[in-house]
Amino acid sequence: MAEAAPAPGAATEGADRPLRVDGLTKRFGGITAVDGATFSVDGGSLTGLIGPNGAGKSTTFDLITGVQQPDAGAVYFGDHEITGLRTHEIARQGLVRTFQITRELPEMTVLENVMLAPHGQRGERLWQSVLPGLRGKVVEEERALRERAWETLEFFELDHLADEHAGTLSGGQRKLLEMARVLMTDPSVVLLDEPMAGVNPTLQEELMARLHELRAEGLTFLLVEHDMDVIMSHCEHVIVMHQGRVLAEGEPAEIADDERVIDAYLGG
Amino acid sequence: MSVADATDRLRDVFDGNDVRLVVGVFLGIYVTFIAVSVLLGFDLNGTVNTLRRITFLAAAYALLSLALNLQWGYAGLFNIGVAGFMAVAVYTTAILAGAPTASPPGLGLPLWAAAIGGMVAAAIVGAVAALPALRLKADYLAIVTLALGEIIRISVLSRTFASFSVAGLQLGTGGGQGISIPDNPVRGLYYLDPSNPTAGTTPFGSAAFAFFDTLTVPFFSGTGVNQTVVVGWTYALVLLVFVGLFYVLLRRIGNSPFGRVLKAIREDELAAQSLGKNTRAFKIQVFTLGCALMGLAAILWQGSQGYTSPGEYLPIQTFYVFIALIVGGAGSNTGSVIGGAVFAAFLFEGPNFVKRLVGHLFDLGTAPNTIVDAVVPIASLEIGPFLTYVIGNIEILRPVFLGVVLIYLMQRRPDGLLGHRKEIAAAVDLSKRGETDG
Repeated sequence: MAEAAPAPGAATEGADRPLRVDGLTKRFGGITAVDGATFSVDGGSLTGLIGPNGAGKSTTFDLITGVQQPDAGAVYFGDHEITGLRTHEIARQGLVRTFQITRELPEMTVLENVMLAPHGQRGERLWQSVLPGLRGKVVEEERALRERAWETLEFFELDHLADEHAGTLSGGQRKLLEMARVLMTDPSVVLLDEPMAGVNPTLQEELMARLHELRAEGLTFLLVEHDMDVIMSHCEHVIVMHQGRVLAEGEPAEIADDERVIDAYLGG
Repeated sequence: MSVADATDRLRDVFDGNDVRLVVGVFLGIYVTFIAVSVLLGFDLNGTVNTLRRITFLAAAYALLSLALNLQWGYAGLFNIGVAGFMAVAVYTTAILAGAPTASPPGLGLPLWAAAIGGMVAAAIVGAVAALPALRLKADYLAIVTLALGEIIRISVLSRTFASFSVAGLQLGTGGGQGISIPDNPVRGLYYLDPSNPTAGTTPFGSAAFAFFDTLTVPFFSGTGVNQTVVVGWTYALVLLVFVGLFYVLLRRIGNSPFGRVLKAIREDELAAQSLGKNTRAFKIQVFTLGCALMGLAAILWQGSQGYTSPGEYLPIQTFYVFIALIVGGAGSNTGSVIGGAVFAAFLFEGPNFVKRLVGHLFDLGTAPNTIVDAVVPIASLEIGPFLTYVIGNIEILRPVFLGVVLIYLMQRRPDGLLGHRKEIAAAVDLSKRGETDG
């Protein structure tokens, strides 16, 4: 069940529980979207974050990734606090997310979308891309990146769409593109907001298998998903949110039997 | 390096098809205006001079729309203060390069140093405007730049700044009377004393003038091309060289990871931030660079005439650049060049030539004095007075005409004359694969 808030700042905690959220609160006018949410995510885990619509899951993601600033509470990533940092600073540290409503870059091709992602590209510095002596190295790096991007697209079965504008993709393909993009940033913790919506069942299984592989390599996933089968069969730990609070936490089997969770889903 | 190597390299820098496109557009413009000149009965000198003016304006607008394309087309930064940044650059150059004895006095720096100073000044003003505005939503940048552009124009017009002293140095903007800019170096190519043609010509100048003075071309009346036209054409060609330089620079910026981030910012800034891109830093860099390039374009433009005044920097100037870019297609560098040329030739100069042509070929009689006198006869199916009125007042009606063109383009061809273009933001060819290819 819900544990006490971990002591912030302890180095061992940082390694074992790379993402910790403590008393996170966000109000929109009179509505409290997130109301003192406290939880932590184990390193190398595939943790599910579930709850009925309006439970505050997506807002929690926004608060963790700096898209919105919390009214109270703190977010810890590794062994330091990241509350109040800007979105790009958080992403650069290795904590990235996908969006429930996909944010593909519609007028850019699928390949461009994926090539955008890696951090610290040499050619992102203006003078490196422009000056004759330095441009060569940028081109070299781009070649290697192009190959890596193709491999990623092949894995996500998007390679046949590489030259298409991302805006022409179907809903499921956009979800895949977003996942491909965040993985290109070499993250350590990935927040996935309903990644399986609209993705065909065969590919869903392959994707989950891939997530397990990446997990074995040390990546940590926090997954918001409405498909209970995915949660029950793939997550070892599940956090249930309801009305902005953490209602229950535990193994999938425990959660499935929890009266409070059932009540929450049935509108109790 | 063999010729083939050189053309290959050239093709790497410019896209082969795009170069053909631009050359084709320029040829089309030249053919049209040669035909117009012939119909108007211009002699050889007049025709060459017409083409000079068209080339000059086309290059000037191409430079400005390339700079605006960097800000608006690539990064989606809506800068409605183009004229203001132009003014900052030109006035700074004029003040830095002006002779200390002139009125208003300047600092007497060499022209190249003054031009760099002008670009830096435009960049700094751009950065100062952008720093607070880029933190806010996109619309605020538009409002801030529009206001700033007018503040700058009204400031240089103001009598307060017409003459002032800084740290003991007497400087000034000249107020409503304007300020002189040192003679452009191209004149120095032909004349011993750039400011005084009668003082003699350089050996190159003598040879060139001798050649053009006796030039005859079949089908054209008259002999020879004036010295001023020859010098003017040379200046227009220098501008075209700068168009090429701008184009190469912008292509490099666009086809790079930097350009990719700019495109991402235009498409969805939050998505770019979520991938770890410090979008604010990118926006400030690109805005500042865009302002510096606008500044250089303006210096080159105004530098041709040895004099500039606040009237050159009215907000309409900004909208002209926007129309040029929209005609060509925002987001495309090739489109920016073509848009600049088409705008200058057909939309900016075109109406004037239509008026002269119609006046030359038909006897229109006197135009009605007011729009009411022009419109009322339409009720009785007489459109003659209306047409005469429109032709007679075509310069005054140009903004109306441009507005109609803009509405039409927005509805029919929102991506510009070239239609939707896929300009890929990467330093390598994305249609190829492998570690060694492209």
